[in-house]
Amino acid sequence: MTLSASDVKRIADLAYIEINDNEAKEALDQLSGILGLIETMQTVDTSTVEPMSHAQSVLQRLRDDEVTETDQHELYQSIAPQVEADLYLVPQVIE
Amino acid sequence: MFNASLKQLSIQLAEKKFSSAELTTQFLQRIKQLNPEYNAFITVNEEISLAQAKAADKMIATGQAGPLTGIPIAQKDIFCAKGWLTTCGSRMLSNFVSPYDAGVIERFNQAGAINIGKTNMDEFAMGSSNETSYYGMVKNPWDIAAVPGGSSGGAACAVAARLAPAATGTDTGGSIRQPAALCGISGIKPTYGLVSRYGMIAFASSLDQGGPMAKSAEDLALLLNVMTGFDPRDSTSLQRDAEDYTQDLQKPLAGLRIGLPKEYFAEGMSRDVANAIEKALIEYRKLGAQTVEVSLPNTPLSIPVYYVLAPAEASSNLSRFDGVRYGYRASSYSDLADMYRKTRAQGFGAEVKRRILIGTYVLSHGYYDAYYIKAQKLRRLIAQDFTEAYKQCDIIMGPTTPTVAFNLGEKSGDPIQMYLSDIYTSAANLAGMPAMSIPIGFGDKNRPIGLHIMGNYFKEAQMLNIAHQYQLVTDWHLKSPV
Repeated sequence: MTLSASDVKRIADLAYIEINDNEAKEALDQLSGILGLIETMQTVDTSTVEPMSHAQSVLQRLRDDEVTETDQHELYQSIAPQVEADLYLVPQVIE
Repeated sequence: MFNASLKQLSIQLAEKKFSSAELTTQFLQRIKQLNPEYNAFITVNEEISLAQAKAADKMIATGQAGPLTGIPIAQKDIFCAKGWLTTCGSRMLSNFVSPYDAGVIERFNQAGAINIGKTNMDEFAMGSSNETSYYGMVKNPWDIAAVPGGSSGGAACAVAARLAPAATGTDTGGSIRQPAALCGISGIKPTYGLVSRYGMIAFASSLDQGGPMAKSAEDLALLLNVMTGFDPRDSTSLQRDAEDYTQDLQKPLAGLRIGLPKEYFAEGMSRDVANAIEKALIEYRKLGAQTVEVSLPNTPLSIPVYYVLAPAEASSNLSRFDGVRYGYRASSYSDLADMYRKTRAQGFGAEVKRRILIGTYVLSHGYYDAYYIKAQKLRRLIAQDFTEAYKQCDIIMGPTTPTVAFNLGEKSGDPIQMYLSDIYTSAANLAGMPAMSIPIGFGDKNRPIGLHIMGNYFKEAQMLNIAHQYQLVTDWHLKSPV
């Protein structure tokens, strides 16, 4: 699998990271090298192997449907970049 | 007092040789004196540390002290601690004063331990040299031209340079064991699920595990007694009966079967490391252990598998850093998407961006099966290698790292060379099994060498016993660079 600089820009776009043409070119070399390393995985036949997503095969715990969190929005919003009227402020999205 | 074990410190506190306030002040002064050279700490907060010390002194005076009461512990800056700047080594969290305590921090607070400061680390724990920190590189106290290892490089440096009696670390692919080896200290990554991940800033959630870093196995056992335990706020925390990790320390090793994976000893290990391992094995044979050759045939796959799974999980975990609820936000932007893009471009460093891009790519449409699912299947094969090997041996030993500490700047321009330094450590994370490193001597340029001791699930007490028995007959763990 070979990558192009435009692939790198598309991936960066998906990841919401701004990247200019020079940075994309530099990233291309490094990402291609890393993907080359990763490619060695394909030499092993795994057609009969089940994927392992976690070290311990435990079931997700359930809990009683009770309120356990207290309202601490003032504390949590005190460290937010921009807050007004108890709301997190972001640039306008709807005209 | 700087070279004392945790047990010795606890006895001296109980006997009123010094108070916790005096002990804490001594370490704070030492940090003030030596940290400008090593850069092991990102944040020191004398006011909070001393207030905790005074509270600990009251616990001691009223007979409520436990084994760690009054003892300063350096906390990796990945653990959220209420009222403390918690940066995770990143510009993204350069203004993040945590509003809550991580599960691990709560446990140390309840034990009456003192938070002596937040240690430097690779940004979001992504690195093997501590060079990716936004707060500058950490120096190896044995040789300031060398890296301390990473990502828990500040923690390893702090313990080695005796800036703290002990420290916490986290280990996703070797981040406790590799810096412990390169700085000549002891460190253990427990079985996945034993230490709460609540409030431990996530890198790759199915691999991340917190653990202690200290001078000796005995100290690690005392720390593990405090750090482990069920936490309902961590969905992968294990519900198990509490275990006393000091209980087996004194057991003799006669009859112990040490497995030596032939793949580890085949190639890639430098001569000085190989010599030190051979000497350590001679000590173990004297202690009554026998060695058997075992095989971990999928060892070469652990790095490629790790560098699919860890970036994939990281790209998902780090999507939360968007400049909205906390942390850094770019100062100028045109719209919401531009705010996200600029915030993340400016807030993350090069290595973190590289891993997010890799992770985004391997999870993207059309590549998910070829990369992510493939890696998860190979992960099972790697874990099965260990299960098979443990039918022939009780424990596995080998080198923690292929070489002694490399020089600062030597590998920072070549990500793949950097990644390959995790060759011996990342398999334990993929399998979720415990593994530790203890100092066993010095190699090239008089830089430390670590012995990697790996065990089956929940064998921590036995591993600490095996490490402790070695430390009873050797003194590598007592050596300090300053």
